[in-house]
Amino acid sequence: MSEPRTGAAPQAAAFSKSEMMIVAAARELAGQRVCFVGVGLPNIAVNLARRTVAPTLELVYESGAFGAKPARLPLSIGDPTIVTGATAVVSMFELFSFYLQGGLVDVGFLGAAQVDRFGNLNSTVIGDYEHPKTRLPGSGGACEIAINARQVFVIMRQSKRSFVDRIDFRTSPGNLGGADAARIRREEGWLGRGPSVVVTDLGIYHFDDTGQMRLDSIHPGATLDQVRETMGWEVRVAEPLVTTPAPTPEELRLIREELDPEGAYTK
Amino acid sequence: MSKVVSMRDAVAQLVHDGDVVAIEGFTHLICFAAGHEIIRQRKRDLTLARLTPDLIYDQMVAAGTARKLVFSWLGNPGVGGLHAIRRRVEDADPAPIELEEYSHFGMVGRYTAGASNLPFFPLRSYFETDLPKANPLIRPIRSPFGDDTVYAVPPLRPDVTVVHAQRADAEGNTQMWGLLGCQKEAAFAAERVIVVVEELCSEAVIRADPNRTVIPGLIVDAVVVEPFGAHPSYVQGAYDRDNRFYRDWDAISREAATTQAWLDEWVYGVGGRAEYVAKLGAERVAGLRPSGEAPSGSVDYGVYK
Repeated sequence: MSEPRTGAAPQAAAFSKSEMMIVAAARELAGQRVCFVGVGLPNIAVNLARRTVAPTLELVYESGAFGAKPARLPLSIGDPTIVTGATAVVSMFELFSFYLQGGLVDVGFLGAAQVDRFGNLNSTVIGDYEHPKTRLPGSGGACEIAINARQVFVIMRQSKRSFVDRIDFRTSPGNLGGADAARIRREEGWLGRGPSVVVTDLGIYHFDDTGQMRLDSIHPGATLDQVRETMGWEVRVAEPLVTTPAPTPEELRLIREELDPEGAYTK
Repeated sequence: MSKVVSMRDAVAQLVHDGDVVAIEGFTHLICFAAGHEIIRQRKRDLTLARLTPDLIYDQMVAAGTARKLVFSWLGNPGVGGLHAIRRRVEDADPAPIELEEYSHFGMVGRYTAGASNLPFFPLRSYFETDLPKANPLIRPIRSPFGDDTVYAVPPLRPDVTVVHAQRADAEGNTQMWGLLGCQKEAAFAAERVIVVVEELCSEAVIRADPNRTVIPGLIVDAVVVEPFGAHPSYVQGAYDRDNRFYRDWDAISREAATTQAWLDEWVYGVGGRAEYVAKLGAERVAGLRPSGEAPSGSVDYGVYK
């Protein structure tokens, strides 16, 4: 079931695109203190970061666990393993009011079905809201994370269907229409600066002065043609464009042996 | 006075056709036993409120109990979509279903306003999103103390809230630990409250640790003792989430026919939770027990005379 593993150089360990994405996202968490963890890929990236670049990272789960120390990879964000040994377990009212809206969360991790060049996210519907082609889960805590977390990391796989010119529904605000975003966020009293990084299976993007995504690092094995073929807009590329360092053997060991031995996230 | 009744009696007496029903519990402590009894008693036209409809509402919707969902995240956590609900929404199959959609904090705020007898709950969500367009009950309001604008959501006051917990005494004084979700808010907001517990305890056990009491018997109408009543969700310290079933449901629920066959076998085909647990089998149940113990330390409240 697993995807082919491609190495950057003959001597490097082989790794999959998903493993590279998880490793790149985990590394972005270096130096961060409090991280709000979402379901799916963020879950494994954050748990990898805690074992590598950010050992003191406090994991916050919207289900109410603060300072979680999961002994196994939680399948859902409400897994009992995030409770046992946590610093605190609080009601969702406290979690959303005091921890998130109160401004204590440094990084919120979000994924979505669609993202646009400004980092606005859709996790609600594909097609029209009243008569959707595909009904997706909806906001959950995503819209409040996008507004209240000090910064937002986006992690998702690139495709023409997900990296689109116009998203069908704005569930979570990113840089809105572009350069004005910072002013609007300030005037409306949001605590968050918005999305600061987008990590995909092909590369790492940050946002330029116009609030648009810029490819700053391309993963080993990926090409600019692949990047262009999987985006609904003309990609902006940094000069110079660097290559993401390949996963280390230890990062790969942690993912394969400790965090995701069944390949649930990496296949 | 004891409020202990059977699940059959609790649902028959306290859940009525057309009610707004909240079976809360965030991943943890979801009372599938009550949902299944509501299906068996063929309740109709319910408005089902929950942050995460989860498999329980997918099953209740598939069984035809609901006309409307009030929610904030409509998925099978860690697995994928809720197919019975999606058929209703995407294909009106077998009929459309009304949706009223918020975010998690919006739903928590709605219960909080309902529990506190307030006309709305203010929050800093929804700015620059399409959610207020999708749901006109999410509205911007001006602060009376300055120029700040925030959003407001209306109170949610369920006719019935069902809460699952580790233990309660016969009067309904209820203690729980682990993820608390918004069970307390949903209970205080409700007209009627059914508490379902793994274990009935004495009043002395409650009084020995009053900080752990989340819901007072004062607001509880019925206490149902139903061990394993939260399966396939979980109860902290008692049993784990049955992730295998959450994955299995993805395949079961993809077709209406297989969904109905499952309901026939596991809901209509059993008399109640005890029979369901027996049907699961001792091995499946044993496999869900925690791999070890992690007891809390005890504290000394002191005696003051």
